[in-house]
Amino acid sequence: MMSETKKFLKSFLYLIAGIIISLIALFILFPKLYEIASYITIHGLLATLLLTALGLISGFALGITLALMRIYGATELRWLASGYEKLLRGIPILVLIYIFLYGTPGLFFYIDLRYRPIAGVVLALGLRSAAYQSQIFRGAILSVSSGQIEAARALGMTGSQSFRHIVMPQALRLALPAWTNEYAVVIKDSSFAYGVGIVEMTKAGYDFGVAFRELWAVSLGVVTILYFIFTFPITRLFGEYQNKKLKKLGMGGGS
Amino acid sequence: MDEYVLRVNDIWKSYDDLEVLKGVSFELKRQEVKVIFGPSGSGKSTLLRCINLLDPPQKGEIYLSGLNLMGEHVDLNEARSKIGMVFQHFNLFTHLKAIDNISIALRRVKKLTKEEANRKALEALERVKLAKWADHYPAQLSGGQQQRVGIARALAMDPEVILFDEPTSALDPELIGEVLQVMLDLAKSGTTMVVVTHELGFARAVASEMIFLGEGIVIERGTPDHFFTSPKSERVQQFLKQLTILYGTHEKLLEQGD
Repeated sequence: MMSETKKFLKSFLYLIAGIIISLIALFILFPKLYEIASYITIHGLLATLLLTALGLISGFALGITLALMRIYGATELRWLASGYEKLLRGIPILVLIYIFLYGTPGLFFYIDLRYRPIAGVVLALGLRSAAYQSQIFRGAILSVSSGQIEAARALGMTGSQSFRHIVMPQALRLALPAWTNEYAVVIKDSSFAYGVGIVEMTKAGYDFGVAFRELWAVSLGVVTILYFIFTFPITRLFGEYQNKKLKKLGMGGGS
Repeated sequence: MDEYVLRVNDIWKSYDDLEVLKGVSFELKRQEVKVIFGPSGSGKSTLLRCINLLDPPQKGEIYLSGLNLMGEHVDLNEARSKIGMVFQHFNLFTHLKAIDNISIALRRVKKLTKEEANRKALEALERVKLAKWADHYPAQLSGGQQQRVGIARALAMDPEVILFDEPTSALDPELIGEVLQVMLDLAKSGTTMVVVTHELGFARAVASEMIFLGEGIVIERGTPDHFFTSPKSERVQQFLKQLTILYGTHEKLLEQGD
């Protein structure tokens, strides 16, 4: 009898194989599609992944800090953190990008002119993602039962030891499914970089469509497929698989 | 001065306007087993949580082998590492295997190496007859097994006293026996214990003294014999009668235990 998680992994492998095979079939049947896809990946993939990774990482650092402020901080810090969350969740990402790049001249004076747009987008993605990641981590930290913290303290662990060895390891596991979702959001939001002239996947696809008018719709279709390939398998693996694993450990209780 | 492992002197504890403990005192010698019982809301659990200062009392003194835990400059974490605690709801660390639940404090608090900690943890698991289950996560264990891991976790620290907070009251009836058996074994091998429980059979078998707590004060104390033959206060008589109807006396368990 196979365990739930093993079954899941097996079906996941089938899924990946299915995607790869249908892509290959598609490319053989329509060689043009392959050309478009390689143009877009060559010119835009790196930028998309870079923006996403940097945005997520900076959002992670700030998000955890905000979550800690909201849970353990003094009243003023709590207000500050929760105000930040509310504010940043209310501003469109493109507006943020414009603010950092054009609204606040001199913000990136120490960065080479060529890289300023990237810095602006990363800052916008990171600051906004932090507002969401803070919620994710706050929920995860709070869902570690207080009884476990008591048990740790009763064994003689210090507050910080019980946080590091008991609360945090569980909170990170609990946060992973929601965090994967945040990845899916950020990778798609990174396409707003198009607005400040960075060539990432969306811009590359658009450029291709402009150069070959008759393939305009097709190239945007390819862009869609590429985003899908970079989100769906990952959210499925880290989101649903992790959920199953957590359930096995009796953690979280989510479906 | 200290023949006493634990001395609790005139403990007062209130939450806002609610007075939970109103001057409770008792003391405990090495290898003694003290059973605390009484109606719900009488402050039994609060008393235990006051002893290791998870919930510090407002007034009173707590001496652990002569050291006043309420005094200044006391390393509370070190003191707590010498007071084991077993919880009603087990409170095992969900992300850790049984053996790691036990070894983590040995490593982080007692600073043992990984090998030493694992060896000690396994020994403790053997004492609660769960060595085979060392690599299981809490969710893969029954309630009774989880509580035995909880006991092993306290035991492995070599504490001077172990506090049990209603260790069997969250368990299904058929799982209570295995936990009580482990506790009986511990008591008989000379572990110093303070046990909040309504398991009269356990109390009768190993308690050196029973304390009846009601509305935040000690209403009556004495040997199990005293309580089962001639309790003085009417409150206690009533309570014991109800308990016997509810829980039985676990005489079968006792026969096995002897």
